Amino acid sequence: MNKAEILVIDDEAEILRLLEITLESNDFKVTKAMRAKEGLILAANHPPDLIILDLGLPDESGHVVLQKLRQWYMAPVLILSVQNNETDIVKALDNGASDYLVKPFRTGELLARIRSALRGTAQEQKVQRIEFNSLIIDLVTRTVKKNNEPVKLTSTEYNLLTLLAKNEGKVLTHHFLLQQVWGPGFQDQTQYLRVFIAQLRKKIENDPNHPEMILTESGVGYRFMNNEAE
Amino acid sequence: MAKSILYRATKEQQFTTSIGLVLMVACICYALSAYIGYHVTALLLLVTVSLVAMFFDIAPVLLAAVLSALIWDVFFIPPRFSFAIANPEDALLFALYFVIASVNGALTYKIRQIEKVALKKEEKEHTLKLYNTLLNSLSHELKTPIATIIGSTDNLLTHASKLSEENKKELLSEISKASVRLNRQVENLLNMSRIESGFLELKKDWVDVSELIYDVVSRLKEHTKEHPVGIIIKDNLPLFKLDYGLIETVLHNLIYNAAIYIPRYCVITVRAACVNEKLVIDVEDSGMGFPPQETEKVFDKFYRLKSAQPGGTGLGLSIVRGFVEAHDGTVKLENMPEGGAKFTIEIPAEVSYPASLKNE
Repeated sequence: MNKAEILVIDDEAEILRLLEITLESNDFKVTKAMRAKEGLILAANHPPDLIILDLGLPDESGHVVLQKLRQWYMAPVLILSVQNNETDIVKALDNGASDYLVKPFRTGELLARIRSALRGTAQEQKVQRIEFNSLIIDLVTRTVKKNNEPVKLTSTEYNLLTLLAKNEGKVLTHHFLLQQVWGPGFQDQTQYLRVFIAQLRKKIENDPNHPEMILTESGVGYRFMNNEAE
Repeated sequence: MAKSILYRATKEQQFTTSIGLVLMVACICYALSAYIGYHVTALLLLVTVSLVAMFFDIAPVLLAAVLSALIWDVFFIPPRFSFAIANPEDALLFALYFVIASVNGALTYKIRQIEKVALKKEEKEHTLKLYNTLLNSLSHELKTPIATIIGSTDNLLTHASKLSEENKKELLSEISKASVRLNRQVENLLNMSRIESGFLELKKDWVDVSELIYDVVSRLKEHTKEHPVGIIIKDNLPLFKLDYGLIETVLHNLIYNAAIYIPRYCVITVRAACVNEKLVIDVEDSGMGFPPQETEKVFDKFYRLKSAQPGGTGLGLSIVRGFVEAHDGTVKLENMPEGGAKFTIEIPAEVSYPASLKNE
């Protein structure tokens, strides 16, 4: 298998070096750019499999770079942000970023995000069944089983769960979830989301107070993870 | 006490009071003019002006001086009811009266200025002391992890061959721990400067408080290994419209603080309830409580308990107060009668009852 190629656009030399070492030692091919302009040219000349983009670039805002990229570039873009600035992160995600990481980050987390982003693009084929450790979702019969016991879900709960599960490992913003499950016009009704997430957790998590599957990304959205203890 | 009240008198009050006092004394003297001569009257008026000078600014004092001199001239010095002064000695007396009254006012004004300078100096010293405390605790809190990182990396870079695998691992884990600590302190400082800047913008959204509490507690499990944490959430707690990030930090700091400072195996209990449309969360511990005279001060910036061990910047609880107050809420600390301390935060917020959404 060919090595996946990753383009890193960040103006900090240390971060570039750190990412280069981490990614290369994990079998990725890395190209680097320190300026927005340089990054856009590199991406156009030789489109990579994934782009890691810092939001705070000296010559142009990362948001603008993302917009320019998204006019033609469809592969995942992972955002790096300096502080816990949820507004910035949500803006980038709603503008087409695939995921985000806040500096300082753990390299393990970085690799996990990259892998799930790459996997997402690899398998957009139609699946009939999604299986996790104790949870099985049958997309044909629209039924859900937990530890082989059927789980009764309302249709909203089912839609929410499948949307999350199909995007396993990826963060989905409140805005996106509300729009997809409830429809446009409900985008800001986060109270619906809170209530239904709580109900879903009660039905599918081993301990709803310590969720292992539906994880909260505070201020941003939710992320479905298959890290249930076996 | 009286002085401080008069200090705060407005300009207008000062003017009316000085005029009133002079007129009053003049009237009394006038009524008693059968018994006291006009020389004594002059002294009495002078005393009045001096009294005014003790408390008021220069303008009302000078006004009192001029007014009393004129009154004395017109109503007391013969010939009465005219500005004219018959006796040259009286003319000299009148001139002297005016000079003494004015000098009185000017001197008092000077003293007042010196007082002001001294007060400013005192304030400056206080700020300087605070600043030094900050520098001390900050440099300790920031330099300790930096020293660890520099020392360990130097060791790994220059003596790698002499180090056992086990020691290398230990150094690396020290570096990792130090960076986490450094990161936490920088975050504290950033939060503090957000509060100080006055630009703390709340991003309010519907929050499932129960989720938030469990989230914070599970992220603190490294620090609460030796302290059982109990969580008691009132049934049917509504959703609250809050800034998730800020309240998360508030709870994090309260629970972290408790975990750091109470003895091993002491219990921490977190409760949440909705009382009169307010979110009430308390964090109680079964530790030793706070010295009663310090319970008010713990929320002050850079304040650390007199008995506190080194480490810590004294920022955690002031951030708690800053973030809670940004929500127009309150935070209080009390010692429990059976020992231990209880922090209670009360935040007024919009609420939404999930039951009303259930039928879908």
